[in-house]
Amino acid sequence: MTAQIPLVDYLVLDPEPHLIAHECDGCAARYFDRRNACASCGGTAFHDEDVTTVGEVRAFTIVSLAAPGIPVPFVAAVVDCGGTSVRANLVNVPPDPAHVHTGMKVRLATQVVGTDSSGVEALGFGFEPLEGATDGQ
Amino acid sequence: MASEDIWILGIHMTKFGKHPDKDTVDLATEAALGALADGGVTMRDVGVLAAGNLMGRGAGIGQLIQKQVGQTGIPVYNVANACATGATALRTAIMAIKAGECDMGLAVGVEKLAGAGLLTGGSRATEKDTWERSGRYGEVAALDGRVGTETMPGVFAQIGMEYAHRYGGIDFELFAQIAEKNHAHSTLNPLASYQKRFTLEEIMNDVMISFPNTRPMCSANCDGAAAAVVVDDSKLKTLSGSQQRRAVKVSASILTTDPWEEACQVLPNVNTLTRNAAAQAYEASGIGPEDLDLVELHDCFATAELVHYDNLMLCEPGGAADLFRSGATWRDGRIPVNVSGGLESKGHPIAATGIANVWEICHHLRGEAGDRQIEGAKVGLAHVIGLGSACGVHVLERAAA
Ligand SMILES: [Zn+2]
Repeated sequence: MTAQIPLVDYLVLDPEPHLIAHECDGCAARYFDRRNACASCGGTAFHDEDVTTVGEVRAFTIVSLAAPGIPVPFVAAVVDCGGTSVRANLVNVPPDPAHVHTGMKVRLATQVVGTDSSGVEALGFGFEPLEGATDGQ
Repeated sequence: MASEDIWILGIHMTKFGKHPDKDTVDLATEAALGALADGGVTMRDVGVLAAGNLMGRGAGIGQLIQKQVGQTGIPVYNVANACATGATALRTAIMAIKAGECDMGLAVGVEKLAGAGLLTGGSRATEKDTWERSGRYGEVAALDGRVGTETMPGVFAQIGMEYAHRYGGIDFELFAQIAEKNHAHSTLNPLASYQKRFTLEEIMNDVMISFPNTRPMCSANCDGAAAAVVVDDSKLKTLSGSQQRRAVKVSASILTTDPWEEACQVLPNVNTLTRNAAAQAYEASGIGPEDLDLVELHDCFATAELVHYDNLMLCEPGGAADLFRSGATWRDGRIPVNVSGGLESKGHPIAATGIANVWEICHHLRGEAGDRQIEGAKVGLAHVIGLGSACGVHVLERAAA
């Protein structure tokens, strides 16, 4: 089996792919990036919490112009996962306004980002429509 | 004890557009000398200089300007606050005066951006051939385009779409109509980068940059500079009658940043800090949104202008689309917005923008705006926002005399 690593350290692949957030022990504010202290309450203790893998699209755009090397068009979005805002691409959906809308229900899906020279596959994540989605496994 | 009122004594904006024959220092100097001449003063009168040039990345634009306009040994503050850099420079000069360090200050913002293309977004040029974690997300590869977008058109598109989702009744066409308004306004502004009217169809059918923002719905990269001379009450009283009559009162000068909020951790929230800045500005000036004769707001994208109608409280919460559809924000409407043409057509030389919008308001309050004069304008508001974020709001009033 191909060795795999997640694109970011807040994507956990086992046993099922899901995101984790660094949650402040003091006020429960959630962050995906490493924080030295909580921007909400100033606390310095964090623990990891699982983020639900289903959510609702709160905002999106279809990016047609990006930096060189980034394939376009693609759908960038903010997904509300049970009260936690997640930035991600929408995947397995045509990148046009007829197929993407705010309020649509989506679920986490992983995608291969690439394979490095030692044969390790990096897996990224996106969200795909819940309705009509094919089983990614 | 309440501190003295602050006045804009002189202000100048260069032509925005392409200046291939002028460098950053040339443009900044033109603006600085223009503002001093407009105020009827010289560098010898100025006690503090605050200057910004975002692309200069710490080159010390303030000192470079001094070498052209007068090295008088005064303190210089080189400031940077993304697209709010110009407003930050102006506010820095105002704060120095309010602190009693001097009675006159000069603020300058300048940028050379013509032909710069897309300014943000991660490059993939340096990716390694073995995965290695780095950065605060522990990423093994560049995230732009893989985990959402880092481009400004994409970020501000989502900000508009989020507003549309929350309140409904807002579509691509409505956003395009906002750009139609601003381009129409620009035809009366000889200093705008573009003075071309577009039809709604032309705007909607132009090159899509990041849905729903097409190219004419995005701010125009251009070269330009703006500068302002500010003084306190006591100093103004020593100056001539004509200087006093043309002076414009700074009734509020506010700068805010994001308070912590859950959602702004992944998508910048330009709403809360703008709303906070507006509330503070209205409180400080005793002026309400209903008193404003014109507004220059930060329409870096058409999607942004819509949300700022709401954030600046020009309408009821959720009422931005209704306000726009009523025609109120066109130049012949109840509360004209971006009669300069806005960033979409006047242009957006980043560090100059937060002084250029004040220049536009002053022009109308002085009755010197020519063909695009908003008749009888007494009070105006200038707003900028820089992602990260910083929001500047200035409320300006015509001299009573
Ligand atoms: Zn906390």
